[in-house]
Amino acid sequence: MDWLRAHPGLFLAAVGDHLLLSLTGLAIGIALALPLGIAVAHRPRLAEASIMLGGALRTIPSLAVLAALLPLLGVGFTPSVIALALLALPPVLVNTVIGIRSADPAALDAASGLGMTGTQRAMQVEMPLAAPLIFSGLRVAAVQVVSAAALATFIGGGGLGDLVTQGLALLDTGRMLVGAIAIAMLALGTEAALGMLERHLAARVRGA
Amino acid sequence: MIEIEGLTKRWPGADRASVENVSLIVPEGTSCALIGPSGSGKTTLLRMVNRLVEPSAGTIRIGGEDARAIDATALRRRIGYVIQEVGLFPHWDVAANIATVPTLLGWGRARIRARVEEVLALVGLDPARFATRRPHELSGGERQRVGVARALAGDPPVLLMDEPFGAVDPVQRGLLQEEVLRLLRQLRKTVLLVTHDVAEAVRLGDAVALLREGRLVQHAPAAEMLARPADGFAAEFLGADRMLLRLALFPATTLPVHAKPAPGAALPEGATLRDALAHMLSAGATAAPLPGGGSITLADLLAFAGGEGSRA
Repeated sequence: MDWLRAHPGLFLAAVGDHLLLSLTGLAIGIALALPLGIAVAHRPRLAEASIMLGGALRTIPSLAVLAALLPLLGVGFTPSVIALALLALPPVLVNTVIGIRSADPAALDAASGLGMTGTQRAMQVEMPLAAPLIFSGLRVAAVQVVSAAALATFIGGGGLGDLVTQGLALLDTGRMLVGAIAIAMLALGTEAALGMLERHLAARVRGA
Repeated sequence: MIEIEGLTKRWPGADRASVENVSLIVPEGTSCALIGPSGSGKTTLLRMVNRLVEPSAGTIRIGGEDARAIDATALRRRIGYVIQEVGLFPHWDVAANIATVPTLLGWGRARIRARVEEVLALVGLDPARFATRRPHELSGGERQRVGVARALAGDPPVLLMDEPFGAVDPVQRGLLQEEVLRLLRQLRKTVLLVTHDVAEAVRLGDAVALLREGRLVQHAPAAEMLARPADGFAAEFLGADRMLLRLALFPATTLPVHAKPAPGAALPEGATLRDALAHMLSAGATAAPLPGGGSITLADLLAFAGGEGSRA
């Protein structure tokens, strides 16, 4: 805590970097995975393939992704963001596909039968019904990215991980702990906030 | 009016057509029940009318207009659609669900609100209590009523119903059948209905069309089909109790009234010949008393059933 009192600027800069890294990576991951999921959800074979691929990608440890990108993209902010985007991809992709595929077929049949166009049906019925699961994918991705962003320090991406590695190198326990606790709090906070939103959304869509 | 001519659906890769060369007409303001064993093509036939399934051959005319010449979504907005699972949109309240077609048709807000209240009342649900409820807050029977209200909201001349009461418990089902029957008659809708339940078919359908393996076996008024099945398959499908089902289609007053009183309490108003027979069986009598006085006799009932039924 002494360290925090002495270096509030450094700490806030690290938090800022961390959030910027996470949000950029998450945004790119979502921007790729969501349309991809929507595109493959109605093609049974591609959908199955993407669910399997997503599952396989999820098992690769975050650090391995970062390390694998190092020789390809070098060090710094951009490769870190790309690595985080890759981490965000599988949960969003898998949940988008599953969410769309689990939308009540009777509601979809009724939507078509009552004369909705394909777009109206997708926007007014299918996506709202898929929303809780898609959002749950976003939550998992966000928590994973916020945690994994702590590892960006290993490829020079900055963020709160820097405080931990510096603390370790300088044997500065205060600095290390502030970094570690802040990372944990960010991850827990993300989970709690998005989890609450998710339950709210599920209640609005499904009732119950 | 629904006119179906030479309608055929052949799915790619299937060894026989799902629906083959079916022609039938549902006159304006009447209902026709499609029945048949599962796999007989009745649902496919129904879904070709609003082009959820595109026909391989044949024509469909709705009110004289070629259904295949109109844009499919525009066509569907003019045809009410009710399915067994109802398919209410769980994220919308009852009012929004019912407003689906009016909204698609671009009606004004005030007109939509008035129409929602109107159709809710038609299906026997109090608008004040139900308009803002969500589908998960409704019972099975209420959900099905909202489904019917949603199908009626755009005031379509034609209604398609696929096993509309299949998911409702037996007590509710009888009640719903009765009310919907009365409602559709009153609104003079032209209805094509799919069911696997013979009793429901003859109750709801002015005419019944029996399908087997995609082909039309028989298409006749309900009472006539029960009395004279076209072949062994039809007789078997309609069941051994078909003559009892048939008696339920005629009011007790169909028979000549005898002045002589009969034992037991009078039949209720609107009782059918089947009720009269049941009354005689339970009273152990050969006559049943009518509500307005007088009675009908077993001999007349048998003569009616036999005379109409065995004349082939």
